[in-house]
Amino acid sequence: MRPMTMYQYDEYDRAVVHERVAQFRDQVERFQAGELTEEEFLPLRLQNGLYMQKHAYMLRVAIPYGTLASHQLRTLAHIARDFDRDYGHFTTRQNLQYNWIELHQVPDILQRLADVDMHAIQTSGNCVRNITTEAFAGVAADELIDPRPLAEILRQWSTINPEFLYLPRKFKIAICSAEQDRAAIMMHDIGLYLYANAAGEKRLRVMVGGGLGRTPILSQQIREDLPWEHLLSYVEAVLRVYNRHGRRDNKYKARIKILVKALGIEAFATEVEQEWQHLRDGPAQLTAAEYQRVADAFVSPDYAPQPDDSLDFGTQLMASADFARWVARNTQAHKVPGYVSVVLSTKPGADTPPGDLTSAQMEAVADWADRFGFGEIRIAHEQNLILPDIRKTDLLALWTLASEHGLGVANAGLLTDIIACPGGDFCALANARSLPITAAIQARFADLDFLHDLGDFSLNISGCMNACGHHHIGNIGILGVDKNGQEWYQITLGGSQGKAAALGKVIGPSFSAEQIPGVIETVVHTFVDHRQVDEQFIDTFNRIGLEPFKERVYPSRLEALV
Amino acid sequence: MKNLLKLDENGAHLASQDHWTLIREHDGELPPGPLILPFKRWLERQCVEPPHRMSLHGVWLGPDDELEDLASRLYVLPLIALDFPSFRDGRAYSQAYLLRTRMGWEGELRAIGDVLRDQLSHMRQCGFTSFAIREDKSAEDALKGLSGMSVLYGRSVIEPRPLFRRR
Repeated sequence: MRPMTMYQYDEYDRAVVHERVAQFRDQVERFQAGELTEEEFLPLRLQNGLYMQKHAYMLRVAIPYGTLASHQLRTLAHIARDFDRDYGHFTTRQNLQYNWIELHQVPDILQRLADVDMHAIQTSGNCVRNITTEAFAGVAADELIDPRPLAEILRQWSTINPEFLYLPRKFKIAICSAEQDRAAIMMHDIGLYLYANAAGEKRLRVMVGGGLGRTPILSQQIREDLPWEHLLSYVEAVLRVYNRHGRRDNKYKARIKILVKALGIEAFATEVEQEWQHLRDGPAQLTAAEYQRVADAFVSPDYAPQPDDSLDFGTQLMASADFARWVARNTQAHKVPGYVSVVLSTKPGADTPPGDLTSAQMEAVADWADRFGFGEIRIAHEQNLILPDIRKTDLLALWTLASEHGLGVANAGLLTDIIACPGGDFCALANARSLPITAAIQARFADLDFLHDLGDFSLNISGCMNACGHHHIGNIGILGVDKNGQEWYQITLGGSQGKAAALGKVIGPSFSAEQIPGVIETVVHTFVDHRQVDEQFIDTFNRIGLEPFKERVYPSRLEALV
Repeated sequence: MKNLLKLDENGAHLASQDHWTLIREHDGELPPGPLILPFKRWLERQCVEPPHRMSLHGVWLGPDDELEDLASRLYVLPLIALDFPSFRDGRAYSQAYLLRTRMGWEGELRAIGDVLRDQLSHMRQCGFTSFAIREDKSAEDALKGLSGMSVLYGRSVIEPRPLFRRR
């Protein structure tokens, strides 16, 4: 059963997911009977996570704030086996996608999800999407306040909220509360940062208008010091202003970031504040009782704290350099001594698209979560899986098993931990394929020693302007573009996520697919040549700028100038 | 209007007779009333009427019309309709919320335009009380879409308390 460390569905939550399945089953039948046109059916299926891709329907399952119980992951594995091609794809928004789905089977798939308290509601469409937070919520050593209770409260409030189901465009909300912003809140329509004020009271900083896509913009602050009780009324005020005034004439100018930019952040904040004055202290104000009801579900599991410097663990680290390297890269500090959170890399190399897991792998991960942890799994927006509560003394056993299943590669945060969208191989929107590029780069940089020497290095690939691979915030970003029906790739450098989020700068004219691995190699070598001691790529880049990279990547241009 | 669903003390039902005529045109001859006029047209006529007399005609607003301009005249109105130029344009949901919750409109609120079965429950929750179903669709079928789901997590015009206050 679902462990007590996660939110527990009650009869209301169950009624929502079960009634939704019945409702969509009826809509599918009416569509197939010709009672609903394609145009009328479109937003209905999108709001149930169903896209039409190049070859088949794709179903996107919600994994609220990236948190899964082991039995839920097993259900996802069974669905992949019974209804898809025995694998699923974890996305940059902590969800799971099935790429080969038959329309008439979707209601049955949704029923299986509902049976384990899951759904695909609002994973697409012009509505509030899955609420995200960071993958280490509740366990990270640098966390200020656990963001999961408010994330769950927001999930419920935004689910089938009748006023906000036909917004101008999709709407993404992220919440985070750690020293490091691992939820990329500055690239969301609303980014919430939860902290405690001097009196120890929970407060929110509200950021709006972030987003990547065609017009990448980092969000701006509209409210500081908002007491947590006002979370829902404030978000409601933002959504109402957006729903009324956001542009609807041009799909590419319909995100809230365009409205914020057009009005200016101050005028937008004034509009929101005026709207909020009508709502504050009303029925939408959260109560301590509701916070407690939800927060109680996220109780810490029964940890058995151990000294951080266990002798056995030390010996194991000494005995295997490979193991030590994996521990160094793929574990994250935990709030409880003797524990870490483990990153299972879904990027073992050229043969596997980032984020893809077979059914057997999903089942294995579920088993490890039960055996070594408390039955819980997280999905990171880097498309890796996290086991949040692992004793250091279990790491060797876990690493051994993970390695046997292709999930033990020590490359978390390294150049080959590539974030990539499914690209032109699947997606109807893509201008170019991203998976062959990913594979070619992974093949070129197969030497782990070299990768570890390079240190933290993010590489993000999107097959089109919609930026599902978040290419703007990769240290190296690769964007697929279409030139006269040919696939080309534009490269940006210097993007980064987190509190020092930055958008990458375009290095110059785009490249063919064949040129890309060589270009990346040149960028990497330029970095190595200019690097001071153990500098990270982003620090070197910020110190020396784009020019030295340009000179090396486009030498012939330089000659032409001479 | 034809193909109309109504909510009243008898519950939801197909309105067999509706005496309103919807006028889409912004100029030209008008048929005999009562009419549902475009906002500007209604305002123009209102200027020549005694200001406090109950209007014979109702008004409809498009999503670009400013609700606030109606605030001082609500009490003379027999009916307000909000237009859905496309069922994917969700602005009328917020207009309905504001009319009901902020401006205190208690009379009939009618959904017109691209009004379809699968959005009716959202409209009902946002305070609409009559629904002019698009004429190529069966209003009888659409009736099934009015009730929607049994649980609303958030709040709405007809249930201002979010679920956490009712749970």
